[in-house]
Amino acid sequence: MTDAATLPAGRARPVPGSAGALPARAVSWLRRRLFASWRDGLLSLGVIAVLGAIAWAIVPWALFDATWHGASRADCTGSGACWAFVSAKASQFVYGFYPPAERWRPDIAFALLVAGLVWLMVPRIPAKAYAGFFMMIVLPVATFLLLHGGFAGLTVVPSDQWGGLLLTLILAVSGITFSLPFGVLFALGRRSRMPLVRWFCIGFIEFCRGVPFLTVLFMAIVMLPFFLPSGTKPDPLALAVVGIIFYEAAYMAEVVRGGLQALPKGQYEAAMAIGFGYWRTMLHIILPQAVRKVVPGVVNTTISLLKNTTLVMVVGLFDLLNIVSAGVSDPLWAGSQAEGYFIVGLVFWLMSFGLSCYSRAIEARFARAERT
Amino acid sequence: MLGYLRNPWTLAAGCLLLAATAASAESGATQKAIAARGALNCGVSSGVQTGMSTLDSNAKWSGFEVDFCRAVAAAVLGDAEKIKYVPLEIKTAFATLQSGGIDVLARTATHTFIRDIELNVEWPGVYLYDSQGFLAKKSLGVKSAKELEGASICVSAGSNYELNLADFFRKNNMKFTPVAANTRDQNEKNLASGRCDVYANVLSALAGAVSKLGNPDDWVVLPELISMEPIGPVVRKDDARFRDIVAWTLNALIAAEELGITQANVDQMKASSTSPEVQRLLGATGDFGTKLGIDNAWALNAIKAVGNYGEMFERNLGEKSPIKLQRGLNNLWNNKGLMSAPLLR
Amino acid sequence: MGWLYQGLLVAALALLACVAVGNLHDNLAARGLKLGFDFLWQEAGFEIAFHLIPYTASDNYWRVFLIGITNTLLVTVLAILFSTILGFAVGIAQLSGNWAMSRAARIYVEIVRNLPQLLHILILYNVALRALPAPRAAISLGDAVYLSNRGILVPALTTDRPGLLALAVLVGLAAALALFRSLTGYAERSGRSVNAWLPALAVLLLVPALAIGLSGAGLGISVPRLKGFNFAGGWVLVPELSALVIAMAIYNAAFIGELVRASIQSVNKGQREASAAIGFGWWQTLRFIVIPQAVRVLLPPLSNQYLNILKGSSLAVAIGYPDLVGVFTGISINQTGRAIEIVAMTMAVYLAISLLIGALINLFNHMTRIVER
Repeated sequence: MTDAATLPAGRARPVPGSAGALPARAVSWLRRRLFASWRDGLLSLGVIAVLGAIAWAIVPWALFDATWHGASRADCTGSGACWAFVSAKASQFVYGFYPPAERWRPDIAFALLVAGLVWLMVPRIPAKAYAGFFMMIVLPVATFLLLHGGFAGLTVVPSDQWGGLLLTLILAVSGITFSLPFGVLFALGRRSRMPLVRWFCIGFIEFCRGVPFLTVLFMAIVMLPFFLPSGTKPDPLALAVVGIIFYEAAYMAEVVRGGLQALPKGQYEAAMAIGFGYWRTMLHIILPQAVRKVVPGVVNTTISLLKNTTLVMVVGLFDLLNIVSAGVSDPLWAGSQAEGYFIVGLVFWLMSFGLSCYSRAIEARFARAERT
Repeated sequence: MLGYLRNPWTLAAGCLLLAATAASAESGATQKAIAARGALNCGVSSGVQTGMSTLDSNAKWSGFEVDFCRAVAAAVLGDAEKIKYVPLEIKTAFATLQSGGIDVLARTATHTFIRDIELNVEWPGVYLYDSQGFLAKKSLGVKSAKELEGASICVSAGSNYELNLADFFRKNNMKFTPVAANTRDQNEKNLASGRCDVYANVLSALAGAVSKLGNPDDWVVLPELISMEPIGPVVRKDDARFRDIVAWTLNALIAAEELGITQANVDQMKASSTSPEVQRLLGATGDFGTKLGIDNAWALNAIKAVGNYGEMFERNLGEKSPIKLQRGLNNLWNNKGLMSAPLLR
Repeated sequence: MGWLYQGLLVAALALLACVAVGNLHDNLAARGLKLGFDFLWQEAGFEIAFHLIPYTASDNYWRVFLIGITNTLLVTVLAILFSTILGFAVGIAQLSGNWAMSRAARIYVEIVRNLPQLLHILILYNVALRALPAPRAAISLGDAVYLSNRGILVPALTTDRPGLLALAVLVGLAAALALFRSLTGYAERSGRSVNAWLPALAVLLLVPALAIGLSGAGLGISVPRLKGFNFAGGWVLVPELSALVIAMAIYNAAFIGELVRASIQSVNKGQREASAAIGFGWWQTLRFIVIPQAVRVLLPPLSNQYLNILKGSSLAVAIGYPDLVGVFTGISINQTGRAIEIVAMTMAVYLAISLLIGALINLFNHMTRIVER
């Protein structure tokens, strides 16, 4: 929050900043920003009191009075949180019902994902095109083969045993890696001069944006099997992934379209003038420039996709949220809702907040690049 | 090509042609498909129905209905482990069965007219005679379901119990407020927290709830049982042979209890029993399995995998389980129950 | 070249449709099912916990569908109302010159918007509202409002002529709006300061009061009283509805707060300085300079957020509030097996509302765009 952004200050009279010693500067800052008037002072104290009360309620519960080890809820005798519940169920929260003996397979998949993300997201590492290829093609294929097994002596682990954080990440990562290219295609289609292509893309995008994600999931899980060949056993996970991809592709398309619209028309005309065809213009001139404009939007869509994956619990998939809810129903740990939701919230918060911080850093980097 | 596309009638005809080429099901097709893929696709609940089908943290399925799946797999394939469990929400359960996504559904499915006639599925037998009742806190002081005027009642959303409940109150000219949750788990939470006064479900589910809610003495099942719920495995109507296999697997488990065959003594019974019935059932004489198109040791394999009907019940729902459900109507016919098998001859 | 691509697209879609229709035909035949909407006239046979229009178990699925729509609209309207109030507060607080206030608002936004909405709803329903006491030990506020685990009970206005009252309220609302518009219009034309709020409020209350008084309709207030298991009388906000509305308000307020902040920031600083230079105070600057310009920036994304609230209300199904998805796509599919018809109807409803609101927004944008002179 910069000063330029604040509302008209009303009675708050700015005190000229002094460049004196640190204590003096601090006092000056306090007077200016917290106690500019007696009303401001009261407000500040009130806000600080409320925040303090919330911290006072949560911190001892979560840390000082908490029980960290135990075999059941009965061992949690303190007045604080029962983290024993989380530590006892941790492996289930991470891997779902994946057979314990085979859990090195998801571990490798996690490692591949982290490696790919680092490669893609740390600006200093080169060869981003290969990183994109790795994330779009290598990672999904390798992860699926690894998790599913059925070759080279790996036992088959059917997808209904994948769960917890593993499933959440599978849904989110496959959703994002596939919805982005589809989104680009739909965005280009929506701006196409071919009427049939344009109408189709507009219809698809507006349809997806007009209905709740949950109904798309219901459509994928309950309705889609009617349109598949008779006798196929539809895999609910695969159906859910298809639902996520198409739904989010519509949102991605709108983000990308925004970026395309922001480019000056001269760019298209210049490309045409030097004899580039449509695809060469798009691939070499337009999309590389649009990427910079769309990064914040894409990250926002990614965050909402990540949060949306929790909805699969309604159609019976055991993502992180659902598996924690199921863990709470274990008679040994009855009454551990608060701890369960706290840990789910923490995981989602770290992932979402991390992504939005990354998005801001990238924005700043592009802004610097444009200035120089 | 373009002309074909321009004319909607030729397009429609093309579609129908494509549709007509799909193979229609025939008797025995299900069993062939199972043999070819080497596994029985068995539809169960999503792993949270205590006693019926649950998935533990080591990814192992257990429960009464899971055991029935195992028995069918043992009978058809000779190996109770050759199963792919397909966890299903009730919403998709019947549709998945109809589309061939599973071979048999064992998911607390009550036999009803509409399901039987309109959904085109079939119940080859009944493995649990259950009844819908009400569970209340003792401290509420309610003695009869007739006293529930104005009560809030927990019930599973979209279940046939929801319909029975509304029927019961309409019949008795009483009003109630449903608290319809999607899962048994949420219903139990609602009951425990006092969101509702009573919980309406079948007795096996109520017993499961009591086993999770702490002290069993705090809870009471009201005397009125408002429906009989015949619960059994469900198969498609179009494959009579597979229907027979499922039906006779269940019959074999019931007959085994009547004949005194258990998981422990089944091999010994086959070798030494002088009863012609036992010999026929276990494949020592006759060719009942072969007549069904499966291994002659089908019943032997099924009993070896899960025990007889009584053992299956006691292990998952009865005294040996945390649920401690009374056997009641599920006793054998000669013990004041309804369980009986057609004659093996 | 373009025709080739379009031809390919059409051919691909036609082929897809062909295969899909063929499969559908197959699957329906295998299940002995027919497509059709005849099921809508079947008796539903189940009770619904919460409905705004009359319903009993002997009503049909069409009425269940209508109840789903009204319940969805109710929760959407309430959530929009509360999230807007809270969101504006958060947005303005973020821009407060007071450091503690702006930081607190910022922390609120960053915590709330990075958690899934479903988690908000589950926490509120399964943790927060569970902590409330049973009806017999309900927390009472002045013996009129009660908080218990059966919901929030408030006194309700009852009348024997509900149609008349509703009409009178609508007429009063229209009259009050018209008066407000003409008074503010007069103020703008004449340059005099006119208080338009008080007369409008008076008209809003007076019209229904007159209608009731003149027609002699009975009017009463029903206060909730404990009777048997539950409370009787009054208006009850069932916990599912309360949890949903509160959680959705908290969640969406974070997004609305961000939109409000961005829209106010989009107003050029010079505008505020100029306003101060001609002697406008804090409120006058906000009312006449900042808000009219900020609204133009705010409305498109805000209406988008309102659509998100409409769509997000479908999460009701997770806690058993009988919204359209819960009662129709959930329960009715289970009872009838008509997955295709029901999912299609549900989607059509949301799509229709979304497109309608989208059209209204475009109209508004068209009307309020800055006309260059």
